[in-house]
Amino acid sequence: MPKTLLLVGTRKGAFLLESDADRRDWTVRGPFCEGWPVYHAVHDAGTGDIYAAAASEWHGSAVWRSKDLGATWTLSSEGIAYDESSGRKVSKVSTLAAKNGRVLVGVEAPGIFESRDGGETFSLLTTLTGQPGSEAWDDPGNQPPGHLGISAIMLDRDDDARFWAIVQGVGVFETPDGGQSWTPRNRGLRSDWPRPHEEVGFCVHKLVRADDSRMYQQNHVGMHRSDDLGQTWTEITEGLPTEFGFAAAAHPHDRETFYVVPLDPGHGRTMPEGRATVWQTQDGGSSWRALRNGLPQEDAWLGVLREAMAIDTYDVPGLYFGTSTGQVFASNDEGESWSEIASYLPAISSVEVAIVD
Amino acid sequence: MADVHLPGTLTPLFAGLPRRLEIEAATVGGVIEELEGRWPGMRDRLCEPGPHLRTHIHVYVDRERARLDTPLDPRSRVDVIAAISGG
Repeated sequence: MPKTLLLVGTRKGAFLLESDADRRDWTVRGPFCEGWPVYHAVHDAGTGDIYAAAASEWHGSAVWRSKDLGATWTLSSEGIAYDESSGRKVSKVSTLAAKNGRVLVGVEAPGIFESRDGGETFSLLTTLTGQPGSEAWDDPGNQPPGHLGISAIMLDRDDDARFWAIVQGVGVFETPDGGQSWTPRNRGLRSDWPRPHEEVGFCVHKLVRADDSRMYQQNHVGMHRSDDLGQTWTEITEGLPTEFGFAAAAHPHDRETFYVVPLDPGHGRTMPEGRATVWQTQDGGSSWRALRNGLPQEDAWLGVLREAMAIDTYDVPGLYFGTSTGQVFASNDEGESWSEIASYLPAISSVEVAIVD
Repeated sequence: MADVHLPGTLTPLFAGLPRRLEIEAATVGGVIEELEGRWPGMRDRLCEPGPHLRTHIHVYVDRERARLDTPLDPRSRVDVIAAISGG
């Protein structure tokens, strides 16, 4: 029987939550990674390895890896550094993408490092040099709060040379050739602030893919849909309580179904009215419905960060989100009902899900 | 031989690393290079490119704040401290 594995990155290490295919009863293991702040933990379905992007204030940034589903861990930062003459500095490893032993690591100052040996050694792949906006983004003073730099990397399903990267506060970029060349993919997005470049200056929080042509994104100002893999975007915010949020998930079997967690756009960045709610569209964003069954509805001032929601690939998918106050909520029926499966973890940065044999 | 004291945050990261050991080196940087030779990866945990000591890694030689080029006497005590950081 397959095992369902949640990989949870927190401010005080990584945790693994395990269940079977029913996804009703869960066990918690951790903390791992010696309590280092973990910004993103992922599972490589091809090798079975787990990777965690972590940054210790004492000992710097590194990628932790486990080849035995969390029983033992090692770390490496070999090669994750800019040449001192560049004036650039790696302050943090923010995000990961892993496939068949190839690991891409997004860092701040914005850049992507690559490992071809399962996370033992890394080399600089790209800094997106020459892209609009790049002339300013190396300056830490220009980085948005959080200082994520490259805040997400999304691999193509079939083409290993193609992937998308988000530069925090700048926008989405696509490469067709393994990072050698890039194109901004932000047409149609909204911004409520002046932008020095036509193609960039957008605050993209989360990018998800639904099928061969459709993507969705949660932006600082609105949710958006693309039907041409990000070349153009259409806003789909109407019907939601706020335009702001971080996390998003696309249904693995139904391109019309997409989930977001709208938050107060001000300083609070918590769920409106203190009611924990995931919002779902089943028609590509034309309408939205609130999913609240089993979620706390009084005094629940919960925040969910950009990598902290995930959806699995069972026939009836399970949906999961972790909060910045340490709770993990799970649904084994596409969001129709929810239960709290962990209550007292450290502040959660990321949640990913894997199905393992 | 310098009497080198290491922080407890390092020992889980390197198999067999003790909290205290004796190292023959002329400078603080020499101590770190010797540690790197015995436990590869150690330099990255203590230094940034340059190299420079990481911001929150403080080194004291005979109770005086030190840098990588601080010289050591044969009987120096070297304390490597993971300085107070975060909550």
